[in-house]
This record gives sequence, structure tokens and C-alpha cells, in this order.
Amino acid sequence: MYDQNTSIGINMGSKIDLKIKILVVDDFSTMRKLVRNVLKQIGFSNITEAEDGNMALEVMRNEEIGLVVTDWNMPNMTGIELLQRIRDDGKSKNIPVLMLTAEGKTENVVAAVKAGVDNFIVKPFTAEVMQAKIEQIFAKRSV
Amino acid sequence: MNVAFMNPFLSATISVLKTMAFTEAVPGKPYLKKDKIARGDVSGIIGISGPPNGSLSLTFSQACILKIVSNMLGEQAQEINDDIRDAVGELTNMISGAARNDLGNEGYVFRTSIPITVSGPKHTIKHQCNGQTIAIPFTTETGSFLVEVSFEE
Repeated sequence: MYDQNTSIGINMGSKIDLKIKILVVDDFSTMRKLVRNVLKQIGFSNITEAEDGNMALEVMRNEEIGLVVTDWNMPNMTGIELLQRIRDDGKSKNIPVLMLTAEGKTENVVAAVKAGVDNFIVKPFTAEVMQAKIEQIFAKRSV
Repeated sequence: MNVAFMNPFLSATISVLKTMAFTEAVPGKPYLKKDKIARGDVSGIIGISGPPNGSLSLTFSQACILKIVSNMLGEQAQEINDDIRDAVGELTNMISGAARNDLGNEGYVFRTSIPITVSGPKHTIKHQCNGQTIAIPFTTETGSFLVEVSFEE
């Protein structure tokens, strides 16, 4: 079982650029609002949303996205499929992706890591956990 | 139904509401529910594929869910609308996921579908197996809700 408090081989301690634009992808409007609120608590203010994977890809074609926070379990295109599409596209392949999921099974984490996820949060989560996960992503990328 | 399945759902309910909605939910005494009438105003239900197969439902009173969603989103919810039904679906999904994570540690492998939501007076809840339904009543400072778990024998 995935331990929320462990990282995926990441150093801690980098500073986050709070001006980056974050794309929140979730089919539930409540979760989009909730994640937006949590991101605002952390200090981010430039946040946009998409309710499915296709809309997310469209946003990424037209806007400069610095981080994608996506749900795993979505109809039409799952979070993993979205992640694969992001990694297969020359423009978006380097955008960090943080995956949210209700399931913490190890096989899920392995599948997400293989697909190129940067970090992973199991719901329920606190603002502190999300901040730590984002810090880990940018710490790793700054190495 | 294996009553050992109940504890993960009970713990998950308390944990999810505390973490995501800053709401203390106090469980009451579980009982066998023998009819399909919902004990509240809005319900979420999610199918669980095993074996064994089963389902989970949550039914909230209006006052209870409005406060929970207000806490989750940091804005005052006024009535049961699409946003509230959406939130009930997401809570059902999260509680199911957290419980399945616990049960996974005991060797069970469960998958779930996308949750559906129903609202209105005396709406019905149809669990997706023929097993008994165990109901756990919860109270919060602003109202009550009921968690129902049903698994095939």
C-alpha cells in the first residue's frame, strides 16, 4: 500500500514559483473547487480547470501550464491516459503532473510512475500534504 | 455479509469527513436495514466488484450535507443542487476508495464504478447485490447521515 508520506525518490527543500499556472483536471466540480481552494491556501493564484482529459489537452495546447493536477478515475479518458497523452506530446511532455486518486494500491502507483507521473496523492488529503507533494516535484526538477 | 468489512467503511467515513470537510462524524449503533427507502434527502451509491460483490451508499439530511459541502468548499451552500449532488458523489468515491485500500491490506481486491447520486424525499437506494444491508447512523453537529454497506454472502 502506498504511504502518503513517502516520496517517489525526490529531494526536499526547493522553493515553488507561486506564479505558475496550474491546471486542475477532475470530472467532479466539487473536487476542482476543493483543489483550487487548497492551491490558493498554499499561495497559488493562477489556476485553471478542465472537467475531462480532452478539455485538459485543449487547455495545454493554448496556455502555458506549469503544473497539472489530475484525478485518476475519470470517464472517457482516465488520468493515466491523460498523463500518457501529455508525455507523448512535444509541447507538453515536460509539464509536471501530480495525480490524485482514491486508491492507494501499489500497482496503481507503479503504473503511474511508469507512465511518467511526478507525484501521487491518495484522497483524502490535507493542504499540507499537497504542498509537500508539489515541493517534492519542483525539488526533483531543480536537481 | 462478512461483518469484518464494516470497520474499514466506518473508519474511512470518519477520516474522509474529518480531513476533507473538517467535520467530526460520530457513529451510532449499526443495524440491519431491510427496506430501500433512503433515510435522508440526498444519497450517493457506488458499486463494488470483488469477489465478493457489493455496494456502498451514503444518505445525508439536507442540513448535514449543506454544512459538509460548505466546509469542503469554503463557501456557504444554500440548497441541494447539482454541486451538492456532485459533492456527495465525490465523498462516496473517496470513502469507498479509502475503505478498499484498508481491505486491500487484508488481501481483498475490489474495483468500483463511477458513483451515482439521487435526491428528493423518500428516494430509494438499490444495492447491487442480494446480501444483507448493514446501516451505520452517524451524527454531526448539524445533522445526521447514514452509511449503508451491502455485500453478497
